[in-house]
Amino acid sequence: MKDFAYVRAGDVTTALRAIAAEPGAAFIGGGTNLVDLMRQDIERPGTVIDITTLPLDEIEETADGGVRVGALVRNSHLAAHPLIRTRYPVLSQAILTGASAQLRNMATVGGNLLQRTRCLYFYDGAAACNKRRPGSGCDALEGFNRNHAILGASDACVATHPSDMCVALAALDATVEVESVRGTRRIPLVDFHRLPGDTPDVETAIAADELVTAVELPASPIAVNSRYRKVRDRASYAFALVSVAAALEVRDGTVAGVRLALGGVAAKPWRAREAERILLDAPATEESFRRAAAAELASATGLSQNAFKIELARRAIVATLSRLLTDGSAA
Amino acid sequence: MTLTQAQSPPRPGASGRLVGKPIDRVDGGAKTSGAARYAAEYPYPGLAYAALVHSTVARGRITGIETAGAAAVPGVLAVITHENAPAMKPAPPMSVLNLSSLATGTRVNYLNTDEVHWNGQPVAVVVAETQDAALHAATLVRVTYEEFAATVGFTAEEPNAKPQKSDMLQSGSASKGDAEAALAAAPVSVDLRFTTPQHNHNAIEPHATTAVWDGDRLTVHEGTQNVAWVRDHLAARFGIPAGSIRVISPYVGGAFGGKTMVWAGTILTVLAARVTGRPVRMMLTREGVYRTVGGRTPSAQRVALGAGADGRLTSLIHTSVTQVGRVGGGPEQVTSQSRHLYDAGAILVRQSLVELDTLSNTIMRAPGESIGTFALEAAVDELAYKLDLDPIEFRMRNEPERNPIDGKRFAHRMLREAYALGAERFGWSARTPEPGSMRDGRWLVGMGVASAYHPSWQLPANVTVRLSADGTVLVRCGFHEMGMGGATAQAQIAADALGVPFEAVRVEYGDSVLPTGPGAGGSGQTASVAASLLTACEKLKRSMLALARRSSGSPLRGRRLNGLRARDGGLWTEPGPGETYAAILARAGRPHLEVAVGSDTRVGAMVGQARFMAKFLRDRRRWMKAACGAQFCEVRVDPDTGEVRVSRWVGAFDVGTVINAKTAAAQLRGGIVMGIGMALSEETLVDPRNGRIMNPGLGEYHVPVHADIPPIDVCYLGDPDPTMPLGLIGVGEVGITGVAAAIANAVHHATGRRVRDLPITLDKLL
Amino acid sequence: MVDVQLRVNGTIETLDLRPRVSLLDALREHLGLTGTKKGCDQGACGACTVLVDGERINSCLTLAVQYTGRSITTIEGVAGGGEPHPLQTAFIRNDGFQCGYCTSGQICSAIGMLAEHAAGAPSAVTEHLASRAELTDVEIRERMSGNLCRCGAYNGIADAIGEVAAAAAVQEVTETGAVRRGSAAGAARQATTAEAAR
Repeated sequence: MKDFAYVRAGDVTTALRAIAAEPGAAFIGGGTNLVDLMRQDIERPGTVIDITTLPLDEIEETADGGVRVGALVRNSHLAAHPLIRTRYPVLSQAILTGASAQLRNMATVGGNLLQRTRCLYFYDGAAACNKRRPGSGCDALEGFNRNHAILGASDACVATHPSDMCVALAALDATVEVESVRGTRRIPLVDFHRLPGDTPDVETAIAADELVTAVELPASPIAVNSRYRKVRDRASYAFALVSVAAALEVRDGTVAGVRLALGGVAAKPWRAREAERILLDAPATEESFRRAAAAELASATGLSQNAFKIELARRAIVATLSRLLTDGSAA
Repeated sequence: MTLTQAQSPPRPGASGRLVGKPIDRVDGGAKTSGAARYAAEYPYPGLAYAALVHSTVARGRITGIETAGAAAVPGVLAVITHENAPAMKPAPPMSVLNLSSLATGTRVNYLNTDEVHWNGQPVAVVVAETQDAALHAATLVRVTYEEFAATVGFTAEEPNAKPQKSDMLQSGSASKGDAEAALAAAPVSVDLRFTTPQHNHNAIEPHATTAVWDGDRLTVHEGTQNVAWVRDHLAARFGIPAGSIRVISPYVGGAFGGKTMVWAGTILTVLAARVTGRPVRMMLTREGVYRTVGGRTPSAQRVALGAGADGRLTSLIHTSVTQVGRVGGGPEQVTSQSRHLYDAGAILVRQSLVELDTLSNTIMRAPGESIGTFALEAAVDELAYKLDLDPIEFRMRNEPERNPIDGKRFAHRMLREAYALGAERFGWSARTPEPGSMRDGRWLVGMGVASAYHPSWQLPANVTVRLSADGTVLVRCGFHEMGMGGATAQAQIAADALGVPFEAVRVEYGDSVLPTGPGAGGSGQTASVAASLLTACEKLKRSMLALARRSSGSPLRGRRLNGLRARDGGLWTEPGPGETYAAILARAGRPHLEVAVGSDTRVGAMVGQARFMAKFLRDRRRWMKAACGAQFCEVRVDPDTGEVRVSRWVGAFDVGTVINAKTAAAQLRGGIVMGIGMALSEETLVDPRNGRIMNPGLGEYHVPVHADIPPIDVCYLGDPDPTMPLGLIGVGEVGITGVAAAIANAVHHATGRRVRDLPITLDKLL
Repeated sequence: MVDVQLRVNGTIETLDLRPRVSLLDALREHLGLTGTKKGCDQGACGACTVLVDGERINSCLTLAVQYTGRSITTIEGVAGGGEPHPLQTAFIRNDGFQCGYCTSGQICSAIGMLAEHAAGAPSAVTEHLASRAELTDVEIRERMSGNLCRCGAYNGIADAIGEVAAAAAVQEVTETGAVRRGSAAGAARQATTAEAAR
């Protein structure tokens, strides 16, 4: 890890001024991703601005019945919070399936949004990777790509976003609040992460001088009946091959409302709008779920090792919705 | 089913006052309090830290190495490359007459050559005042290469495999009858291909060395499975007498075969200490372990079985291809168990090798049998299904009376009994054989079974035992403790043999200044040390008695040892009088009495080696020695996603006398856990384009976590092997054998799918 | 270089470090507290687990400087008043280790885990997130999955933790006179453990 200057920011304004003054600087929260990437010589900030003591660690109910989550709330605290467990169980579940208890105690909500891909070639400095070194190529295309994207990938990059939490946030229509010396703005979670296109190194809609300050969950009666399903290679402590965040409201045997997002399939949490469109007002049956899943994945394409994910995603969608139908909420 | 009564009564001598008991480990206090010091945890004044730079090409020549950036990092003491490294001697040639010559990890003379032989070979060492400076500076060394064509893809090279030559330790092929003809003629047969990927040990302690020179004397703290081999190898490389080197290794943070050979990190730490004149510590990064310490070879195997309608095997063919590195590594006895497990009319086994421009492969828990039993035992299950026979019943019909390949006697064989015991504990009779016929809610349930098999070994061990006037006993032997509980087990043995309390015995191990012990390998350490320790205790009691008999006042005067019992800290007639050792020593005015078995003098070592070889060859001529067992498992498969979770396990083992019920069970369970990883998730990803390991970390190489492992019921028959000391058979490796097959068979039972390529990941079941 | 002041096992330690030094390296290489282990330096094995203000974290993925002013407990500090922590003795009794290298992390992690559970935290295998989870064997295994043990001592570790959790539950029952659901499960586990030992 190369040397860097360390600054601790006591308040948000100081933090924002510090990063505005030094473009090569990076914020550090829990450090679980940044420290690893710095040790791997992938991230090389000249200055590290410690934001862990900023007053952004509150979870509050908002006036409209939603919840505002400070960017420095630890993953474990968010997952265990009664408001989240009862009103947004899909979010609790998603967080709890991610990483390990130790890492969840460290990782912040803001950091989780900004974590980077686990592509093996991104992590190996000797490999070609357009994300790490733009223009160098992509060794994953013809290499080990079992964990890679089936939706929204490009010739430049086939990496996936590794977060579980973000998949639930995508399904819940969350908004990300970011702040800089230029002011505050809100970005819908589904627009926060970018698909790779020709510039896979640009991963999010956030500018280099912006700080994530909060995530807002709108009031969502449907979210009470929600679940997260993560499919992975071991029973715990592994990244998703495919994951599904789903909320379902059924009235008189008909789908009255549905929220669906997929993880492990793209460079961003994948909100399954097409599936939702097909499901709305359709009979709440496995047959409908199957039809919706097939439609959502109609445009999916596989690489040499990951084509199985297309079928896996279909099945995981159907299984998760079916479980919501039969067993109800995870709450 | 032809099963005999499960638990036969133990033969006399099978257990003692302490032997067999589940005694807590003697190092428990140190290990649970953080007080136990591992190799990278010895403080030295002026300690410096080293870090490796690895090649990024598989084969080539270094054309330029730019070190100025690294040297400029504050705190950097030296950047050592092939351009400035002092000369080291090449690795000694391998010879079965000098077993320590087997310690060579690779034949590359690190930093003494500009040639690169594998992707990841160390090409520079950075030494710095601090750990962080060394690691950072290592990233700044820039190397350019002239690349040469390299052969790195195992699968692509498989057609060019060459037959393995036989040597004293292993035979590359064997046969009985015409197995191919018998196969062609068999009314029922299978002919199957299996593959297994490379595996890495992933001991949680990364390889670490602390090296300290004092003039021409060298002290090395190293987590190793063989202190003597490390000492002898370093002596050869650095051109100093072995007597000038001390290797200290009381705690080893896991090894599993990966700390048997001497790898680059050890040699280069010693080199770095020599160059800088400072004590140097190097703990490899996790990536560094993958790049410089070999793993288990991948394999491709063919198992073909033919049987009559009566379910008797007429033909058994097992062939294998494995890899070695062009710079080192050796063959794995993949077909070993296939020579011993089934009474087939005709047998053919043959092992072949491909040579690649990769890091040497090396031994890893049950090399050969762990992957060999996967192929054989999965094929057996397939044939049993074809015959419409219960897989246990099929095995019992083919259980041999004598070693199938050559008709030798078994030293001990209770596989029938193991199956009976395991089947009962597992509840095998509740299984309905039809695939997909058992469910638990939405889960598909499958039950599978397979045989475990591992040959037992014994190596030379020099031991001293000292009994002091205060009644305490000191056992000294340079054996190794990586978690097997060796010191605890040997203390139990000594306490029983001498009739002293367990607490009175202290065992010193893991240090090359001690009498040379066996390496920890081949599941042979406990038996090897026990044999010498028992002899030593016998000798000690004789000497004690002789001392007592010299005194007219002793109640032991005129007595013979075989009329006496060692108990209560002394020798006693039954029921009459006797004397404590302390009393004998006090009367004789001796502070202690010490005896030795084996000698570490030059001549003594040669005699020991010759004696070992003679016994080894005699034993091998006379009988077949092995541990065996029956692995039973239950899996649950998610019908939607194909996720496999192991929900239940019973392992019933024939491992002779169990010295410590707690530590033996732990070792067997540990093997099963590693086997579960091998079956379901472990795979080292070697990029076939450049031979580079792409998942060199614990995040992407999936060893089992807590949640993957169910309660594991381990049981044993407890019947001593009459040919082994105390009747014990090693337990370190048999536990992993048969595990992957039992799981594959259970997955088939649950789903109807046969997965013949490990690991059984969900994509193979969709 | 930066000044870093840590309270480690009750003692205030002042260090002058480069900011890149991890908490793990600060403990091991600068304070000589080698009980905390380095297994991967990547947050992938849990051997480096320590408690910060009672919460378990991976000390390898942290910068020591970030923990200035915080209270760190390592394996060297879990025992109290000359008595080993109940988990330390339970690990020995239940053979919850072999090589010992992951053990410090397992024990620190278990201490943090039991506190999390006592505070009502759910896990990925908790059936109903809205209610309090019983500390079943399955719950223990999931909650401890951030600590790898390559020797495969998982059974002994889970038994040791279950035993301590059950004892704590029994004690709670005695103290309050109220029977919580967790204690019945604990008693059942203890019976199973005893049976296994036979």
